Amino acid sequence: MTQYLYEEECDELPAFSVEGLPSVPRLSHLEMLEAESIHIFREAAASFAAPVMLYSIGKDSSVLLRLAQKAFYPGKIPFPLLHVDTGYKFPEMIEFRDRYVKEIGAELIVHKNQQALDDGATPFALGTQKCCGLLKTRSLLDALEEGGFDAALGGARRDEEKSRAKERIYSFRDAAGQWDPRNQRPELWNYYNGKLDKGEHIRIFPLSNWTELDVWLYIYKENIPIVPLYFAKEREVVVRGGSILLTQGPIPLLPGEKAERRSVRMRSLGCVPCTGAIASHADTLPKIIEEMFGFRRSERENRTIDHDQEGSMEMKKREGYF
Amino acid sequence: MHPNATGANASTFEQFLSQHLERDLLRFTTAGSVDDGKSTLIGRLLYDSKAIYEDQVQSIRQSALNRSTGPMDFSLLTDGLRAEREQGITIDVAYRYFTTARRKFIIADTPGHEQYTRNMATGASTADAAVVLVDARKGVLPQSRRHATIAALLGIPYIIAAVNKMDLIDYSEEMFRRLEGDLEELALQISPSGAQIIQCIPISALEGENVVTRSTKIPWYAGPSLLEYLEEIPIADASSPEALRFPVQYVIRPDDSFRGFAGQIIAGSVRPGDRVVALPSKQTTRVRSIVTFDGPLPLAGTGSSVTLQLEDELDLSRGDLLVSEAGLPNIARRFAANVVWLHATPLDVKKRWVMRQATDELRVQATKIRSRIDVNTMERPLAPQLGLNDIGIVEFEATRNLSFDLYSQNRNSGSFILIDPLTNATVGAGMISENLDKANRRAERELSDARSEAMFQEDISHAASVAVSERARRSGHHPGAVWLGARQSLAAPLERTLFEAGFHVVVIDDAQNPGEWSEGLVRGLYSAGMIVLYSPKYTREKEKHHLTSAIQPDRILDVDSLNQEVGDAFLLQKIVAWVEGLRIARPEEGR
Ligand SMILES: Nc1nc2c(ncn2[C@@H]2O[C@H](COP(=O)(O)OP(=O)(O)OP(=O)(O)O)[C@@H](O)[C@H]2O)c(=O)[nH]1
Ligand SMILES: [Mg+2]
Repeated sequence: MTQYLYEEECDELPAFSVEGLPSVPRLSHLEMLEAESIHIFREAAASFAAPVMLYSIGKDSSVLLRLAQKAFYPGKIPFPLLHVDTGYKFPEMIEFRDRYVKEIGAELIVHKNQQALDDGATPFALGTQKCCGLLKTRSLLDALEEGGFDAALGGARRDEEKSRAKERIYSFRDAAGQWDPRNQRPELWNYYNGKLDKGEHIRIFPLSNWTELDVWLYIYKENIPIVPLYFAKEREVVVRGGSILLTQGPIPLLPGEKAERRSVRMRSLGCVPCTGAIASHADTLPKIIEEMFGFRRSERENRTIDHDQEGSMEMKKREGYF
Repeated sequence: MHPNATGANASTFEQFLSQHLERDLLRFTTAGSVDDGKSTLIGRLLYDSKAIYEDQVQSIRQSALNRSTGPMDFSLLTDGLRAEREQGITIDVAYRYFTTARRKFIIADTPGHEQYTRNMATGASTADAAVVLVDARKGVLPQSRRHATIAALLGIPYIIAAVNKMDLIDYSEEMFRRLEGDLEELALQISPSGAQIIQCIPISALEGENVVTRSTKIPWYAGPSLLEYLEEIPIADASSPEALRFPVQYVIRPDDSFRGFAGQIIAGSVRPGDRVVALPSKQTTRVRSIVTFDGPLPLAGTGSSVTLQLEDELDLSRGDLLVSEAGLPNIARRFAANVVWLHATPLDVKKRWVMRQATDELRVQATKIRSRIDVNTMERPLAPQLGLNDIGIVEFEATRNLSFDLYSQNRNSGSFILIDPLTNATVGAGMISENLDKANRRAERELSDARSEAMFQEDISHAASVAVSERARRSGHHPGAVWLGARQSLAAPLERTLFEAGFHVVVIDDAQNPGEWSEGLVRGLYSAGMIVLYSPKYTREKEKHHLTSAIQPDRILDVDSLNQEVGDAFLLQKIVAWVEGLRIARPEEGR
């Protein structure tokens, strides 16, 4: 069979026939987000020599980790996780981290700016800006340099804060680790340009298009383990300047302050001294999600660091904060 | 703030969850010249639909930087960079997310300033709809035309024109109608790319008129508010059957026993057992399984990120493309594309660029710049090069073959970006419009030889006589007819527009022999696969039915039956959209 009747006009290959094809259900909103994030993870693994995934133990990191598992299944996650430990994290976070990372067989690097801690860096002594600068930003940049990483994946979302809303999925950082928001690479369709010169790196945000609600719905749907601090429980707290702070860890009571027990939970996890709890009875995922619908205030409001002054998140990000 | 809070008991929660997940998603972008009020509009939209948290509203109310004449500057809700707030302009695109009872939205609020056109293109590239703003006092500016053109070239199917700052012209109908005329003209100029301006809405972003709720200050406008429109726009159905396009993104190989090809399906669907062709090697195999973390799948559709295991040990790597055996893409080294240039280093015919297309990466060189759009006149003169923010048609040659579809058929496999190999900057965005290679026919013939006996038999059956469907495959569209009725003035522009858009089209009239039509002629043209435009000068209504009886009812459009209130340009848009519906997916288009 070599003789084709339409030899002379072989432009006419048989057209694609639609008969007998099953109809494919449209992807739901969450499935679309999941597919996009997986695509981003695979791009990262395919285009960089030494990527690393920042793991901060919070709910977004939990989702990020699950998506990484999905992206490379049945293989392992082809890069290590990096936790920048400020030394002021909630003990339950560290406990959760060590147990969960072991359970899924991922590789974990923990980096601390020990020098700064030894020199007595605390938010009380330095103020939150400076403390964060040393224990998070500096520490992260050091860790990236030490590890020789050229890409760092993180769980930041555009809906968290308005300077984040401006960030690309692939966010270019110069050799000093800095972000130049006025000069970001165009990012059309789903083409991510990860080309680098020596010393430069890219921050990659696979959860860019997820909202806080999407994250919770996904955690519920996928049954993803999260740190118990997200669930309401009676805990010992002190109320200070409108914030509810847990008394565990390095929070000295000020004169006149009294610890009390209240049903509270964390909406977002950071360092003990700088992350407030919210009064809540939501002790299950559906209750948390239901509670979200009643929220009138943003999730980062309980983080002191984000609103020291107008534009503070952008300033920190420019310097290299995640 | 969300209307759908439910009780936390399990079954209602599940109900709420599935309801929430069923809501579809519309991505839209703003466009228009600097200071036309895009950010103010988006801020207003979010604020009025109660999608902003109180602490965010407070911080803006208290902000010292209020450039608006109202109590609060809504643009500060999206202008999130310090430099933006200081200069009072948007520099880079802001992405915002919100949900109404009807659907979910991802908004890209883009900058109007010409210097940041690249950021507008970024925001618009993934949009399903665009809202093009014009300032009621300034009208359509060159930058409005540039943005509308980019939006149309990017394949955004729906464009809403919003005439903003109506408060500053006392909500004058007369001035609005004048602008509407200019916008109709713009609609005509961008229509060859298939985009349509579906509505023109008078709004005031500052005062919230016609943004979320209908305005009471504009009684002469009876249409819906902007949000109502956005809630109504139909979303392209990605699940309609198409040939498979699966660019290999990453090879998963945990050990010797497993080798899977990971990627996102950008068109069509796949099932275990399906025959697929790997490009560029043209090897054929079957899909063994669709592997995911959540278990093997019986079927995966467009948009899914999956991992495919194949029956045969093919040596595929990133950049290769798996496609259905029937429905091959173009395979060529030379192609033409619409290009938006994003960098100060111009595009000229000397330089080599790195091209990313789907997951493939290769070197290309521009061989000819066919034309560049002048956004003042919308003419397309020849040009030696494309500079920053220019839009033009460029011919390229790659160092080897690439597999692609035309952008009009697939936004993913027909698009590409260009990267400067020296600076690593993303310098251009392209939308492939034409396959310039003839030489690839031979290659495809080789592939034909390898096809199965069954397909051979099918081919023979084609030899009997040429069927209407075969003609349609060649021309890319079904035959059809449009009865222009009283709107004969549309005949020439419509014929031109459709012709430019690639249709086989002809106008027939009864001017020579008043009232007499040759039924045989009509039948002949129709069965030759043409789009026939009847421009009846004398024929009366009752003879119409007789004349058009040869034609299937769904293949004829009676313009008399459309709303006659609207202007020529909008009517033309509607007709073009209807004719576009006659297109068929053509695997071999563009040679
Ligand atoms: N009177 C009046 N002023 C408006 C209206 N909409 C916007 N403005 C004002 O117009 C100016 C520009 O508004 P923006 O929203 O920043 O314009 P933009 O289109 O986002 O500008 P770029 O993003 O820089 O292109 C601001 O001072 C607004 O307060 C309106 O409907 N009426
Ligand atoms: Mg703006």
